[in-house]
Amino acid sequence: MAKSKARVKVPKSVKKGEVFQVKTLISHKMETGQRKNKKTGKKIPRMIINKFVCQYNGKDVFVADWAPAISANPYMAFYVTAADSGNLDFTWTDDKGNVTKKSAKLNVTG
Amino acid sequence: MIGKTLETRQVGRRELIAMFGAGAVAAMGIGLFPRDAAADAKAVDAAIMKATGGKKTQSGKIKLDLPQIAENGNTVPITAEVEGDAGSVKTLHLWADKNPNPDIASFHFTPANGKAKVSTRIRLAKTQNIVAVAEMSDGTMYMAKSEIKVTIGGCGG
Repeated sequence: MAKSKARVKVPKSVKKGEVFQVKTLISHKMETGQRKNKKTGKKIPRMIINKFVCQYNGKDVFVADWAPAISANPYMAFYVTAADSGNLDFTWTDDKGNVTKKSAKLNVTG
Repeated sequence: MIGKTLETRQVGRRELIAMFGAGAVAAMGIGLFPRDAAADAKAVDAAIMKATGGKKTQSGKIKLDLPQIAENGNTVPITAEVEGDAGSVKTLHLWADKNPNPDIASFHFTPANGKAKVSTRIRLAKTQNIVAVAEMSDGTMYMAKSEIKVTIGGCGG
């Protein structure tokens, strides 16, 4: 399968203590396991991203378990409170164990 | 449809069998869905039981924001928010009670989230209820339900 491309959006700079939104998007078919191959009539096996983790300076801040009901090219938005400048690291893991990583720098002022 | 035909004209035995045969096939085709749906309603209950550990759920706190009518069941935007201070919400589970697999997702929050609000896009097979259960860090549970009409289902098939 084509390698998943991930995109994340975090504010360029935030004030300490501010609650900001993080938006993420990754390209993935999120095959449900329900669809059938029209030619052969066989079920196309399930292949989804089942885990999404966001770490803030090495600590898990948000974890999501996904089921096949999450749309293709999953979009995920959530909130984080700014503490210190550093990195937000995102990890997506699919059924085959493929891991896609992406990180974003966060600049916390004052 | 079959009844009407029977009333309006005499039907030969063979025809009748053929018709019932076709009817039976159609019924099997249609029948698949209600049976699945019934199983899923139970599956949702079972999933809720598992998530709550049999605890009573209260209403309130959860705000589900989703369109009333989704034209395309393949990508339905959904935003869910649980009221409360940072860290008071532990987990938010979402289910769709008539999807082939009712699970949607479970979101695990930490105090670092600031607020327990998430947005994503989901697939919905047909018109159904979205069920949300929030597990608070003090052990209390909240539940919310929201109906959504789906014009074109999004589970392939």
